[in-house]
Amino acid sequence: MPIPCIEYSNITKSYGDKTILDGLSLRITANITTAIVGASGSGKSTLIQLANGLIIPERGQVSVFGSAINSQNITDNRLAIGYSVQGAGLFPHMSVYENITLMATLQRWSEQDTELRFHALMQLLELDQELRDRYPFSLSGGQQQRVSLCRAMMLNPPLLLLDEPFSALDPVTRDSIHREFLKLQHAETRSMVLVTHDMFEAIKLAQEIIVMCDGRIEQQGSVAEIQNNPASDYVQALFEAGGQ
Amino acid sequence: MKWCVANPLVLSVLRSLLMSLCLIANTAMAQASDEPLSITVGSKNFNENYLLAEVISQLFEHAGYEVDRKFGMTGTMVIYEALRTGEVDVYVEYTGTLGQVILNYDGEPSLENLNARLTGEGVEILPSFGFNNTYALAIKREYADQLGISTISELVAQADIEMGFSIEFLNRADGWPGLVSTYGFSQRPTGMDHGLAYQAIDDGTIDVTDAYSTDGDLDRYDLQLLEDDLEFFPRYFGAPLINAELPVDARNIIDRLTGRIDDARMRDLNGRVMLDGKSFAEVAGEFLAEEGLVALSDNTSATATSMWSRLWRNTLIHVQLTLIALFLGCAVGLPLGISIYRSRRLSRSMLYIAGLLQTVPSIALLALMIPLFGIGQTTAIIALFMYSLLPILRSTITALLTIDPVLKRGAEALGMTRSQQLVHVLLPLALPNVLTGVKTAAIISIGTATLAAFIGAGGLGEPIVTGLALNDTSLILQGAIPAAGLAILTELLFDVLERSLVKPHMLVGQLPT
Repeated sequence: MPIPCIEYSNITKSYGDKTILDGLSLRITANITTAIVGASGSGKSTLIQLANGLIIPERGQVSVFGSAINSQNITDNRLAIGYSVQGAGLFPHMSVYENITLMATLQRWSEQDTELRFHALMQLLELDQELRDRYPFSLSGGQQQRVSLCRAMMLNPPLLLLDEPFSALDPVTRDSIHREFLKLQHAETRSMVLVTHDMFEAIKLAQEIIVMCDGRIEQQGSVAEIQNNPASDYVQALFEAGGQ
Repeated sequence: MKWCVANPLVLSVLRSLLMSLCLIANTAMAQASDEPLSITVGSKNFNENYLLAEVISQLFEHAGYEVDRKFGMTGTMVIYEALRTGEVDVYVEYTGTLGQVILNYDGEPSLENLNARLTGEGVEILPSFGFNNTYALAIKREYADQLGISTISELVAQADIEMGFSIEFLNRADGWPGLVSTYGFSQRPTGMDHGLAYQAIDDGTIDVTDAYSTDGDLDRYDLQLLEDDLEFFPRYFGAPLINAELPVDARNIIDRLTGRIDDARMRDLNGRVMLDGKSFAEVAGEFLAEEGLVALSDNTSATATSMWSRLWRNTLIHVQLTLIALFLGCAVGLPLGISIYRSRRLSRSMLYIAGLLQTVPSIALLALMIPLFGIGQTTAIIALFMYSLLPILRSTITALLTIDPVLKRGAEALGMTRSQQLVHVLLPLALPNVLTGVKTAAIISIGTATLAAFIGAGGLGEPIVTGLALNDTSLILQGAIPAAGLAILTELLFDVLERSLVKPHMLVGQLPT
């Protein structure tokens, strides 16, 4: 069996009295895009924040590309994990260029390498080079989200975590950013995990889908399997809700 | 301060701040060390004491001394402590005060008796100037006639009378408490600044206050002294109190004043200041000339220039006190805030402690620290530092805590180390709020530093304290206006600093949603 990009073994995590994940185990296939779909509160966001150590489980083990993450190696591990969230989370005091290249600068990349990578990413996400010195507050929501994707991919991480990055965008912008996302999949092979509540977005962008409900895995499989054989009414309902 | 390295602007601002600190400190030190013969003359904060201190100062200046005037100290213990520790070389004390307040001595306060008790203290009292400035109770002549009273015993029966006394009088054994046990007063007096008491008696806010028998103000406000018919008040002969290590030459200079001022002369000199509106320097010069101790002519020009140079010097000292305190406040408050903001309990308890310090009245804090750090600038700086700590600490902690958690998590998720997060994300985002806190601290310091004059630290409070003692508005303004100017200048400087350090869109709170 090939090494999964993320492997969860027997994870338990609760907030206060509320148990979100109870002994969950899960393997996410490497080198493809996997969508984690579920209603809000289903534990899908918790799942990807466990992978980059923003959330620490009470019990269980998370491994990224076969190596267990712990407090010692987490900072280094994060350099290999891109992360983009809803609302972009851009640093307001930094320009577009500074936001995207910050980590390369901190990793002491050469100026030339940084510049090359920056240009390639801006092009890939169809961002105008003129935006380079603008500050986040003067960008549209779609532009901010694209910049956030560029920042997540600057160091060319083998794993990219996306937490509802497109949910807050209007349908037209979302459509065009979806196209660029697909372009990205073709341009650079990497493992991507996309959290979304929109089943149609999942079908459009991912190769495998994991459906979550109340902290449990409701169904895991290829897009075709999920589409053709929804395992439960819950999965079925997600298609209907997304179609509205 | 690792985080400074990231922003060259912060670094250069800090560097220039440090350099100006050193510069000011250097000039102040150079001034102190130039002259080989120097003497520090202190005074309490009422007019007669100022005047006599000025007489002594001018006498020394004519003998070629460099004179450091530490005038206007509040409270006998403060100035006595300053003399004992050598921060003041001479000031004018009163025999009764010395015996009762300082030495707890009930016997006759003769020179021999007092000096016998002072030997261990490193302090010595010289022969008196001649006058006896005893405490007295003063009442408006008109009102006394109306009530038909002329003695303190008769006052006891007047239940409706409003009394306002200086704080020191209220608390001295030879003041109000002694009066109560000797005469049996049942009225409750209020405490107020001695300089304001005459104004209050004139307004009719109070009817009776404590006064000095040589007070030039008595005639100005048409006040009558009530006879001390039970002979309670001890005798208060004015005499120079000196540090016992003062060289013979200096003693001889002071000794030239012995026996030259009787009660009438003292009242006359006080009146020239209070009634004729002359400055201490003028009256002191006139007196020394009249006594043939110095010539009058070369005197006036010296005092005219010294007004501006004193103002400049006061401003410099004021800025120096504020800057050093603020620098210390930042040096402690910023790293402390940064290191504890993550811990809710630590932040709370530190803010609580800093808040507690803030609630101690400035004068009380200064007085409390005198036994620890003596009088003068060190104490003032430590007090100002304590006051600056709260705004700096609070703004640092609040600024760091209120940063959007999405940005904090984002910085973490990118794989930044703790210090990288601090330098590149947390501190730049906190900077506008931190600057506001430092600005608040700076302005509080400028205001509070005026109180430093009460403990002889100088600064712009000096003319204010003197002016209060004299009820002289123009003198008060000589301190208050430059202090207000400094506060405005600080506001402007911080605006410039803010604009050069913080990007405009970060100032108006236009954060992306």
